[in-house]
Amino acid sequence: MHTKTITELIVGLRAGEFSSEELTSHFLDRTQQQKDLNAFITIDRDATLEQARAADRALKQNEANLLTGIPLAHKDIFCTENMLTTCGSKMLYNFVSPYSATVIEKFNRCGAVILGKTNMDEFAMGSSNETSYYGPVNNPWDRDRVPGGSSGGSAVSVAARLAPGATGTDTGGSIRQPASLCGITGLKPSYGRVSRFGMIAFASSLDQAGPMTQTAEDAALLLQAMAGFDERDSTSVDKTVPDYMAELDNDLKGLRIGIPKIFFAEGLDSEVAAVVEAAIDEYRKMGAELVDIDLPNSSLAVPCYYVLAPAEASSNLSRFDGVRYGYRAEEYKDLNDMYTRTRTQGFGEEVKRRIMIGTYALSSGYYDAYYLKAQKLRRLISNDFDQAFEQCDVIMGPTAPGTAFKQGEKTDDPVSMYLNDIYTISVNLAGIPAISIPAGFDKQGLPVGLQIIGRYFDEARLLNVAHRYQQVTDWHRQMPAVER
Amino acid sequence: MTLGRDDIQKIAILARLEVNEQELEHYTRTLSQILGLIDQMNAVDTSSVSPMAHPQDVSLRLREDRVGETDRREQFQKIAPETENGFYLVPRVIE
Repeated sequence: MHTKTITELIVGLRAGEFSSEELTSHFLDRTQQQKDLNAFITIDRDATLEQARAADRALKQNEANLLTGIPLAHKDIFCTENMLTTCGSKMLYNFVSPYSATVIEKFNRCGAVILGKTNMDEFAMGSSNETSYYGPVNNPWDRDRVPGGSSGGSAVSVAARLAPGATGTDTGGSIRQPASLCGITGLKPSYGRVSRFGMIAFASSLDQAGPMTQTAEDAALLLQAMAGFDERDSTSVDKTVPDYMAELDNDLKGLRIGIPKIFFAEGLDSEVAAVVEAAIDEYRKMGAELVDIDLPNSSLAVPCYYVLAPAEASSNLSRFDGVRYGYRAEEYKDLNDMYTRTRTQGFGEEVKRRIMIGTYALSSGYYDAYYLKAQKLRRLISNDFDQAFEQCDVIMGPTAPGTAFKQGEKTDDPVSMYLNDIYTISVNLAGIPAISIPAGFDKQGLPVGLQIIGRYFDEARLLNVAHRYQQVTDWHRQMPAVER
Repeated sequence: MTLGRDDIQKIAILARLEVNEQELEHYTRTLSQILGLIDQMNAVDTSSVSPMAHPQDVSLRLREDRVGETDRREQFQKIAPETENGFYLVPRVIE
């Protein structure tokens, strides 16, 4: 059952081949068998099975909705009523939100079952899932290696077939990079497409939620459920959600694919380059034409991001002070001491580092040199994409500069860790959508992702382009040698 | 731009964080490395570029001023470290 896609499972549920309770129990058992992957932080078996039984009743009464009876794993950054939401931090070790995120509510309305909450880098700050207070997540393709981050638990839950689909969030690559390192499909929608309400904020002008699945077809299905205007998110865009499934099979003849040379320059692993080039060649065979494009400012995306994201984070994370929820230090002298001890004990090292960078960049006398300068560069990076899309319909390149690296390899060198997101970050700065799909393996058998970048609100085309590739290849069907 | 130990202590105070002697060296080194990365921004002249705060470049929506949310004080305070009579309790500030 677990090797099936969501689309296939829906058919099975409707045909009565298995019940949601059977399906959900099966996935719950798998999460238990593969506990050492550490993909989940919280699982509530009884509550999950209760939801599955309710889905079965709906199925019997022909009241099935888009995803009725399908268990989904959610990144532990989405608030869930009556269930822990830790955000990978000690700071929220006991936090049960009084409300659910819009994304969770939308999935509930579609009939989906909450399988559990997945492990992640603390407050989504990391590219290896090693900053989680709840321990690192192991990559199922090689357990000594990282799954990528920050949505590492979600990526692993789908890769190891512990869940048929999962949610993630992407601020600088946190859906696409782990999708690439784990061999699954991961979509970051346009900024404003999916509501951020109830999604714990990291960098508010960059954060966006999206689906992580085996196939582009499944990603289309989950995006259909997640997308749409929400008045509770002030940056949500009031724009009609298209029928993503209807566009999936469109022909790719004449599709113009932009190839940025700079994405294949120094810094890219040669085996990754070969796999990505072969994937692009596959598109050429399907009738697409290749266009050389220039993204002259993309090398500045990482420095620009490491001003903007920490600055916004330092502001967002000031709410964690031990007063209203979460962790509070046990001993303190006065109010200020309580704030300081709570934050010093509650946050991990990487989170503190980013808070301090952001605090510095926003401190008196430095605003123009850092924050304002970075916002100006952001404009240039965004303009580069606008110009490129005058010559092409989508842009293709690698998702990450290499395949999964060894645990501990980069933990002492933040800058080398940050450079993992060199090809993904500019997309967040511009606010446009991008998808990572499995495109092959390196010589060690580790998965490589192809990144496809689209115009603002052109998710339908990205899903179409990804889906057509998955119809002529089977990389997305490969699974790691966990117990099958 | 590199930071000294005093800079780190000053930033930590602003951020309501405490950095002990052992960690000070580490944070000084890694924060300086990150600032080195950030300084690459200076390679580009941006004097004629307008800042971009947001991917959509739109202003925030306004809404009608009417009550939409119900009072859920109890649920919200249930998860607080310490409350009393509907208030959040913190150490005494004024003697």
